[in-house]
Amino acid sequence: MISSSARCALMVFLALGLLAGTPARADAAKVLRIITWADYVPAEVVAQFRKETGIQVEVTLSNNEEMISKLRATGGAGFDLAQPSQDRILGAQQEFGIYKPLDTSKVRLDEFVPELLATVRTNATLGGRLYGLPYVWGTEGLVYNSKRTRISDYQDLCKPELRGRTAVRLKRPTLMAFALASGTNPFALYGDTKAYTALMQQVGKTLAACKANFRFFYDNKDQLLNGMRAGEIYAAMMWDSGGWALNRENPDIKFINPRSGAIAWMDTFALPARGRNDAGAYAWINFVMRPEIAAKVARSIGNFTAARGADQLMDPRIRAQFAATFPDGLKNIKWYPAIPSGLEEIEGGVLDRVKAAD
Amino acid sequence: MPETAVTALWYRRLVLALLLAPALLWLFALIILPHLDLALLSFRERVAPRQYVVSLAQYRTFFGEPLYWHVFVRTALLSALATALTLLVAFPIAWIIAKLARGRMSALLFVVCLIPFWVSETVRTLGWMILLRESGVLPALLVHLGITRQPVELLYHDATILVGLVYTSLLFMVVPLVGSLESLDNALIEAAYDLGGKGWSILREIVIPHAAPGITAGCIVVFMLTLGNYLTPTLLGGKNSQWFTEQIYTQFITRFNWEQGAAFGFLLLALSTAMVWLGLKISGQRFSDVMRRA
Repeated sequence: MISSSARCALMVFLALGLLAGTPARADAAKVLRIITWADYVPAEVVAQFRKETGIQVEVTLSNNEEMISKLRATGGAGFDLAQPSQDRILGAQQEFGIYKPLDTSKVRLDEFVPELLATVRTNATLGGRLYGLPYVWGTEGLVYNSKRTRISDYQDLCKPELRGRTAVRLKRPTLMAFALASGTNPFALYGDTKAYTALMQQVGKTLAACKANFRFFYDNKDQLLNGMRAGEIYAAMMWDSGGWALNRENPDIKFINPRSGAIAWMDTFALPARGRNDAGAYAWINFVMRPEIAAKVARSIGNFTAARGADQLMDPRIRAQFAATFPDGLKNIKWYPAIPSGLEEIEGGVLDRVKAAD
Repeated sequence: MPETAVTALWYRRLVLALLLAPALLWLFALIILPHLDLALLSFRERVAPRQYVVSLAQYRTFFGEPLYWHVFVRTALLSALATALTLLVAFPIAWIIAKLARGRMSALLFVVCLIPFWVSETVRTLGWMILLRESGVLPALLVHLGITRQPVELLYHDATILVGLVYTSLLFMVVPLVGSLESLDNALIEAAYDLGGKGWSILREIVIPHAAPGITAGCIVVFMLTLGNYLTPTLLGGKNSQWFTEQIYTQFITRFNWEQGAAFGFLLLALSTAMVWLGLKISGQRFSDVMRRA
């Protein structure tokens, strides 16, 4: 997608670098460049992988939007493996062509939990070819400090006594959560642009009216965790792993499944279109999907992985926390379906208006 | 004889061209080309996946949606205010460095202004956040002194953004001011006193006219830095920051809408150009004089 002049500028820059005698890069097959989320590639696992295969892993931390933007800017080059959420693959692929299809014969598919694999197959298949494999999944729900308040659903963040004491991300999950809380399932309206726009505008109004309650819109997990720890934030939308981490430090802080249902996400393995080390990427996928390695990853992230049998090796404390948050199992959980391209533009306009509200 | 003269001339031109080449290459490859690219991008509209047509839709969106030009105007006004405040704070500092402090003292004061720039802008801004957040140093101090009963949140206000911007820009105002104040002959000020001038009238009639190119240079640099700043308004302004650069970032990165982002970028470029031109017109300065001071 990068236009010719920008590429030309890049070439000039690279040529200058070569003239200056930049040492040749390490052999591409010996380096695996992964763009991923914090904690997804623990140092311990990287060291073990290197010992076994001789491949050095380079990690770039990111989030869904940045992953797509970075790969778009280079036409899918610069990384050998990406970890977007399963619902964000299809639209980005249709729009920008940043991934290449996976060769499932190179992966041990029986290592994956079949239900999770089936979900990704449904959401990340384009033209009969699969673009993602499941890695880690979790939920986004509510976290609150029970010494300060008690909440049970998303819209409780807007209770008057929580003025300036709550936080959410100014991103699409918040729109989805408040839509669910209003009693309408936004995912059912993905195909109906008109109804979806109306729903989003209504959610935007709710959030704008609630803005005085939000102390900040957080961009990363640590910002929220710090706010909760410092006692500045009483209640917030949060990922389960962050909520449980807070709960382990301070039992007064609870992570709950909201009445309207937590939203479940799943992050995947996807191959950037112009990655240089596919063999290394497949080797990594097979490596981290071994139950004992997956368990190490799970400990680092604090979420369950898609590796079969790894949840038996999971930290018993996290299993207990999971059971406490979801007493009925995964019945009241909403999985993200693939986002049709174009919807994010509607949401973007709504989010801008929330940001500008007084 | 004439032949060698021609050769020498050619030789000199070649040397000049070679000396200029890196700068010109830099300018062309990294500034002009990307800008042309962005300009083309800003006149495109997505109609379907991977299908684009030439259109003015991005600029129409800006003018049709009050939200965007509201943020645009707000950014311009707050930047102008930050520039004025920086000038107010920097002028006495520059006066002390240029006129009152002697030798090592003046160098020392200069270094004091410079020290904050030894750490990156991110670290400086995070430092402000630690000081100002509700559980931070300053609110705790206010409670300790009995000024407030509860710790107050000092972050996420417009005033906080202004403090951060003034702090970040101070040095860029002090340097040109010191330069222009140093060249002011003390005898002129003494003569003005002899002729019955008072502090305020001397400032207005002697000092400021003399320092005008320096003031204008400082104001231009600070205004442009402030207008294009991303980190300080975003971090210190939090949920209410609404800085135009943030809009550009959002369009490019989180909305995947490069076309809109490019159009916003050009509008910001037009704004800063217009404001600089206006500033020069109002102050009656010539661009070339001012740039020599900066």
